[in-house]
Amino acid sequence: MYETKYHRASSADEAVKLAGSADDGQFIAGGQTLIPTMKQRLASPSDLVDIRNIDAMKGVNVDGNKVTIGAATTHAEVADAPQLRAVCQGISDLAGHIGDPAVRHMGTIGGSVANNDPAADYPAALLALGAEIITNNRTISADDFFTGMFETALEDGELITSISFTVPDKSAYSKFPNPASRYAMAGVFVAKGGDGVRVAVTGAGSDGVFRHAGMEEALGSNWSADAVADADVDEAMMLSDIHGNAAYRANLVRVMAKRAVAAAG
Amino acid sequence: MGVEGIGARVLRKEDQRFITGKGRYTDDFNRPGQLFAVFVRSPHAHALIKSVDISEAKDCEGVHAIYTGEDVAADGLGGMPCGFAPGGGPQNAPPRPALLKDKVRFVGDMVAVVIAESVALARDAAGKVNVEYEALPSNTDTAKAMDADTPQLHEEAPNNVVMHWEIGEADPVEAAFAKADHVTSLDIINNRKVPNAMEPRAANAEYDPAADSFTLYTTSQNPHITRLLLAAYVLGISEGKLRVISPDVGGGFGSKIPFYPEEAVVTWACRKVSRPVKWTSDRTEAFLSDTHGRDHVTKAELAMDKDGKFLALRVDTKASLGAYLSTFGMLSSTYLYGTVLSGPYDIPAIHCKVSGVFTNTCPIDAERGAGRPEATYLVERLVETAARETGIGVVEIRKRNFIREFPYQTAVVLQYDTGDYETALEMALDKADYAGFEARKKESAANGKLRGVGFSTYIEACGLAPSNIAGAIGAGIGLYESAEIRFNPTGSVSVMTGTQTQGQGHETAFAQVVASKLGIEVGNVDIIHGDTGSVQWGHGTYGSRSLAVGGSAISAACDKVIEKAKKVAAHMMEADAADITFENGEFSVSGTDKTKTIGEVILTAMVPHDYPLTDMEPGLDQRSFYDPANFTYPAGTHICEVEVDPDTGVTEVVKFTAVDDFGNVVNPMIVEGQVHGGVTHGVGQALFEKALYDEEGQMVNASYMDYIIPHADNVPSFAVGYTNTPCTHNPLGVKGCGEAGAIAAPPAVINAITDAIGVRDLDMPATPQKVWDIIQSNGSAKAAE
Repeated sequence: MYETKYHRASSADEAVKLAGSADDGQFIAGGQTLIPTMKQRLASPSDLVDIRNIDAMKGVNVDGNKVTIGAATTHAEVADAPQLRAVCQGISDLAGHIGDPAVRHMGTIGGSVANNDPAADYPAALLALGAEIITNNRTISADDFFTGMFETALEDGELITSISFTVPDKSAYSKFPNPASRYAMAGVFVAKGGDGVRVAVTGAGSDGVFRHAGMEEALGSNWSADAVADADVDEAMMLSDIHGNAAYRANLVRVMAKRAVAAAG
Repeated sequence: MGVEGIGARVLRKEDQRFITGKGRYTDDFNRPGQLFAVFVRSPHAHALIKSVDISEAKDCEGVHAIYTGEDVAADGLGGMPCGFAPGGGPQNAPPRPALLKDKVRFVGDMVAVVIAESVALARDAAGKVNVEYEALPSNTDTAKAMDADTPQLHEEAPNNVVMHWEIGEADPVEAAFAKADHVTSLDIINNRKVPNAMEPRAANAEYDPAADSFTLYTTSQNPHITRLLLAAYVLGISEGKLRVISPDVGGGFGSKIPFYPEEAVVTWACRKVSRPVKWTSDRTEAFLSDTHGRDHVTKAELAMDKDGKFLALRVDTKASLGAYLSTFGMLSSTYLYGTVLSGPYDIPAIHCKVSGVFTNTCPIDAERGAGRPEATYLVERLVETAARETGIGVVEIRKRNFIREFPYQTAVVLQYDTGDYETALEMALDKADYAGFEARKKESAANGKLRGVGFSTYIEACGLAPSNIAGAIGAGIGLYESAEIRFNPTGSVSVMTGTQTQGQGHETAFAQVVASKLGIEVGNVDIIHGDTGSVQWGHGTYGSRSLAVGGSAISAACDKVIEKAKKVAAHMMEADAADITFENGEFSVSGTDKTKTIGEVILTAMVPHDYPLTDMEPGLDQRSFYDPANFTYPAGTHICEVEVDPDTGVTEVVKFTAVDDFGNVVNPMIVEGQVHGGVTHGVGQALFEKALYDEEGQMVNASYMDYIIPHADNVPSFAVGYTNTPCTHNPLGVKGCGEAGAIAAPPAVINAITDAIGVRDLDMPATPQKVWDIIQSNGSAKAAE
């Protein structure tokens, strides 16, 4: 790790100001990706602005059919929030299976979403739930937010403050973890709500998280595991690595979709 | 009586400090004025070093020195010695300088060291050492190493051949195959493993100019051997001028047996910079440079008569030794391999050929089991496959071929002293509820899963080793063990052992041996190891030898103590020493009610106010060296049940039964821990682990993001049991337990998967993709429906 200057912000505005006035400032929440990257000397921000102590960016709020999760809320807090589990078990289960307990008590939803790791879990949930990503100066729909592997619509210095979505009728997430890292090799989040059925796939695609139109259509007319059992998953879009080739990953997408639908009931 | 001796489930004395973070490992030691070393390693698998430019790096902040291969050569520093050559003479053993100057041969090979005020500064400067390489074609494929068009690593080893080695007689084997009714043949790859000790390697060296001597703290399983090799072969100094300390060591699994170039360089360099120099490996370096294990490519054939009686075994193996010969690199693929190919079976004729080859990979050395897992894997895969091919059945074929009379002379040198293989098999069948397997298989099928069962009836040769055999087969050292017992006036004892724990629980198990022998409480027995400055010469810990050889030395030293103490007791009770008996910590005079406790006798010997000084010296300290008469032969039956998910190819080990014969057991709790860890290790090799090198010789899974080690949730709760045929030739009747699981488990797991998915050939690791591919091609997914 190279030397860096640490700041602790108490408001989103202060955080944005601190990061903006640095040579190469970066926000840090749980640091579950950034710190290892810095330790390997693959990142060397001049300044780190810690946003974990901004109270306004923490907590899970369910108001009627509207869920708002502060960006600095940890995975464990999301997983353990009973009011969220009561209305959207899919995202609670997803949060409860990210990484290991240490990761879940440090990592935050905002950090995960901003990083948009192609094997992260939250992007699939947000995309399938049609969530909105709220930043310090605008609101971005999940459909517009995730723009490619490790790429988002965020601009330099822009800070995610919260995530919000409408409670779905049904939702579930099924993940095939990489046996080494336990990141998703294929994770499928299915949601059925007012806007119809949305299916989002993480871990498997060579360009990051994506929606699967064929499965959405099939489930729209027949909400059952069988409806997606033989879904056409384009192998050309799949990642291929030492843990699984494209054909295998395409299979995993189908199998995880099936299991997610079955779990959603 | 307050002692918790042999057989008691004593909680481990060392766990308090380990669990509360108070263990002291090599990296925890910091010396005044200490500097830090970072090595410049080759990014190429094979390349000529055209130039090494340190001009920019040496002016970096905090840099004290930078040394290259040229400096090492100019100082006449000796190369890394090879401690074992089968057959006695060195085969094609090329030199291995501690830092390379002409050519690099694997990714991670070292060309320079930067010594600076901090690790960060050393790393900054190391990034500015400009090495100009001319990349050469490389080869990491063991099977191709001897091919004519394969790149050559060393001039001294034409066709990359280190040695051609064989054991057993070819003619009887050929004759047996000629008349066999059935031959089972398998092509087997034994996957290259990374040992993954939790504590990375480290070395911290200090030079004392007044005494003209060095102290090296290092992560070693055998500090005395490290001292011998470093002093005598590299530095060219008297061993008395080098003290090697291995404090707490956090796992080794064989990878901390070898003597490494990093140890040589920091020790050499600390005198040059007149400051202590410390190096601690990071995890990437560990993946690239801690010696790997296994990496065999084998054709194995088993000949049988019409009744399924084994007639002969023929084995032809190519064994990678990596880019250089590690200290004991050749041992694992020769004498620790070929000699156990008879397994627990009566096989009249065995012939095994091994070609040891160089590849552009990390050097190979021992890895938990070392040779015996490779042998057991091929034997148990062959036996299970033969049972299925002939329809004899996997249990019956074993019963028909088990050795039943002891001692038994195998066709591959070893003579088994004792054993009872069928009792272990029966106990395992019972514990595993083998009779209920078909019902469980149906249940699994109803849940869409493919269930399979696999066996492994293994034997291993442990307790390394009779010194005369070690010498005859090419080791540069004896393999006896030493113990010294030192008494304190208040009755506590310090026991110096030449073995060296890496977490196995020696401090407890050895104390239990002393407790049983002398009647001194476990809490009053301190086990001292890992410091050549305070412990007499010994050979360290590997090959499940510590209790069988080191414990036997302690037992023998205790016997000497008792002999002398009887004389002291005789004096105290005014009796003849011949009339003194000793039991449960108490000396008594036969035929009388006179007794003295061991504590009273110790006090008298240590404080000789009333003592027969004309007949005897004060004190009770004794020392013993124990050289075993034979290896020990732990054996047993492991049964694995798996469920394979045909949708994903994922294998889950759902039931695992291990019944082992370790002879007498000193601490059943520690032994269970060793079985659990060993089996998990074996499951790791079977399902997950393989060091993967790409076409360019880069190790592509050199991090835990990609290298899979077994997690706790990858194994079930194990069912374990013991049978006991005590070892006939050591005083404790013990055999050793540390490697059994890693040896026995892999074939049990693979036999279970091949049973589940109905396939004959399956190489480790059985990854989900590989299993799913097989299911796709043979349609056994349908079987679950």
